[in-house]
Amino acid sequence: MEQHEHVIERYERAWILFGLAMITVFIILIGYMMLTMGNTNPVSAARIDATKVRTEGDFANPRVEQVGNEYVAYVQAFSFGYLPMEMKFKAGQKVTFYITSPDVQHGFKVENTNINVQVIPGEVAKVSYTFKKPGEYNLICNEYCGIGHANMVSKIVVEP
Amino acid sequence: MAVKTFPKIDVYAGAPEKKYTLFMLMLGFIALMVGTLFGPLQAFNYGGLDLYPFLKPVFQSYYQGLTIHGVLNAIIFTQLFGQAIMVYLPAKELGLRPNMTLAWVSFWMALIGLLIAALPLLGNAASVLYTFYPPLKAHWAFYVGAALFVLSSYVSIYLVLEMWSRWKRANPGKITPLATYMSVTFWLMWFLASLGLVVEALFLIAWSLGLVAGVDPLLMRTLFWYTGHPIVYFWLLPAYTLAYVTLPKLAGGKLVSDPLSRLVFLLFLLFSVPVGFHHQFADPGIAPYWKMIHTILTMMVAVPSLITAFTIAASLEVAGRANGGKGLLGWIGALPWNNPTVLAFLLGFLAFIPGGAGGIVNASFNLNQNIHNTVWIPGHFHLQVGTLVTMAAMGTAFWLIPHLTGKPLVARGMALASQWLWFLGMFIMTFSLHWMGFLYAVPRRSHIAGSPIAMEAYRESSAWMVLNIVSGVILLIAAILFFYVIYATALQSRRDPERVMSEVPFSEVISKPEGSSLALMTERVWFWFGIAVVLVVLAYGPVLFQMFTNMNPVPGQRLW
Repeated sequence: MEQHEHVIERYERAWILFGLAMITVFIILIGYMMLTMGNTNPVSAARIDATKVRTEGDFANPRVEQVGNEYVAYVQAFSFGYLPMEMKFKAGQKVTFYITSPDVQHGFKVENTNINVQVIPGEVAKVSYTFKKPGEYNLICNEYCGIGHANMVSKIVVEP
Repeated sequence: MAVKTFPKIDVYAGAPEKKYTLFMLMLGFIALMVGTLFGPLQAFNYGGLDLYPFLKPVFQSYYQGLTIHGVLNAIIFTQLFGQAIMVYLPAKELGLRPNMTLAWVSFWMALIGLLIAALPLLGNAASVLYTFYPPLKAHWAFYVGAALFVLSSYVSIYLVLEMWSRWKRANPGKITPLATYMSVTFWLMWFLASLGLVVEALFLIAWSLGLVAGVDPLLMRTLFWYTGHPIVYFWLLPAYTLAYVTLPKLAGGKLVSDPLSRLVFLLFLLFSVPVGFHHQFADPGIAPYWKMIHTILTMMVAVPSLITAFTIAASLEVAGRANGGKGLLGWIGALPWNNPTVLAFLLGFLAFIPGGAGGIVNASFNLNQNIHNTVWIPGHFHLQVGTLVTMAAMGTAFWLIPHLTGKPLVARGMALASQWLWFLGMFIMTFSLHWMGFLYAVPRRSHIAGSPIAMEAYRESSAWMVLNIVSGVILLIAAILFFYVIYATALQSRRDPERVMSEVPFSEVISKPEGSSLALMTERVWFWFGIAVVLVVLAYGPVLFQMFTNMNPVPGQRLW
């Protein structure tokens, strides 16, 4: 048993180096993908008074606006739904979502896309995406927000 | 019935730490049992089967049950198990007795904290899940009880550091024995890690008592995840410690390398904490470059587990070959699969392979956007904490309860069956949760079976849902078998005085620490603790400073 000791340690060193090499490859891939494949990581566009979201400013009037070849959507994620109720976009045109909550935290996850936003009261999250395939996409709240959480599912319609 | 009477002995007179350890352990298993009761119901929920209307007179909603499940299993059980193992093992290894007064203080703090928090949980006044994200606002007793419970672990930190320094004074210049080294780094890591939650608790208690009108949800999340990631290593490392210092011996072999085992725990001390933004990849308000830094650091904290995979596998191979196993895979069959403790660890580590792979996916920034807050995540962590950590605890109970009480294990066959079924149930469940989350974006923490809208939205995943129902049934049987075995063992009147005197099965090591430069380097614990603090300040300082100086408080809500 004892004579195997050095063999085992040599293999273990090789294993650790292999692990570190894999991790390095993963990190490089992540950086590369973030730079080239369209970054859908939400950023903070502004801070806002959560108690006035329903009454003042852009979010009191939730809407989708067409600006040239792009869309801007002001979205309220509230307990337990999304405003505007219906969001329609054209495939291939960039959409920039601004999302906030008047009450508690919510999720803003669009099925089959990388859009996945933690909606935090007091924060305006901004995320951009270009829908390529037409169709109906489920818009899902994936952060527990109270008793109606499971019902908080909406739709995004992408037209050809 | 003829009863063989044993001489009446006070088992604990010579070893009061055994009684303390037994109490911590059994309180933990009671928490696990109550919390686990909701598990099958949740699996049925993700199978489209809603049994919650039948619980209505006692439990008001899925989310109340889910809060109890998470709090009791992931916070209460795991911490109590850590407080039992990571105090008892160093005490036995060093041959020292912890300060028993303080040990009991920590037990009572945990018990009282647990009871205070349990009242609002059972009264549906704190159905905020075990992450309790503001502005969801629970009853103040929930935060106060939870804070007292967590602070009980600070007493454990003191117990171990005090025993360690007593040993150091008596043994100048010697290298700290392995299990003690693991405990010391473990508790120092936890001290550093827990600070985020302690600060958050101050805000939440003041808020729930009405002293402040609101709290900043983003700051609270950030403080929460400062502790929320390392807390999983706080859960995991008692299982690792047992795998390093007892499993090789129980399997019939030796630990291959003592110095590398120390390195593993040192790496956890360094990298457990400064990684929390990987729980906040989807949060606005944290700049992407900070998220990238935490991505890289999270990848680093996978390294000690990769080393562990090798060291434990190599130690098991040594054991299998010592037991007569031949050939490339013959050693696996030669392991003592009929020992329920060894079986539990083997199956737990098997589950840890896909669990770890999923963890690396979660850590990968942009990949996380596919699966964040979907059922992929509970799929992942039921492999980690629900399978490896829990099975390590269940397996350890099979030798530890007899060792602490002198009462022999009853129903060994049921013990073995419980471990196979637990593993099988978890494997089936996590498999289907991963796919449902990844392919169909099914959200976690969601009472989908109670919502026709949700069942319609996720109908494409119905084939996978069937697996959840199957797994729920299997896990329910596994739990019944396991809890029967440990309570029948602990509550029987048979006592075998020989067993009380038995030693903890500490493993021998092949590659010893003496003369190893690596062991000497890791021995400078306070220096490395200082480095760990610096890493945390660098990874968190600027973001937290900015958040603290720009708070945006929001009033609380009760929406359940």
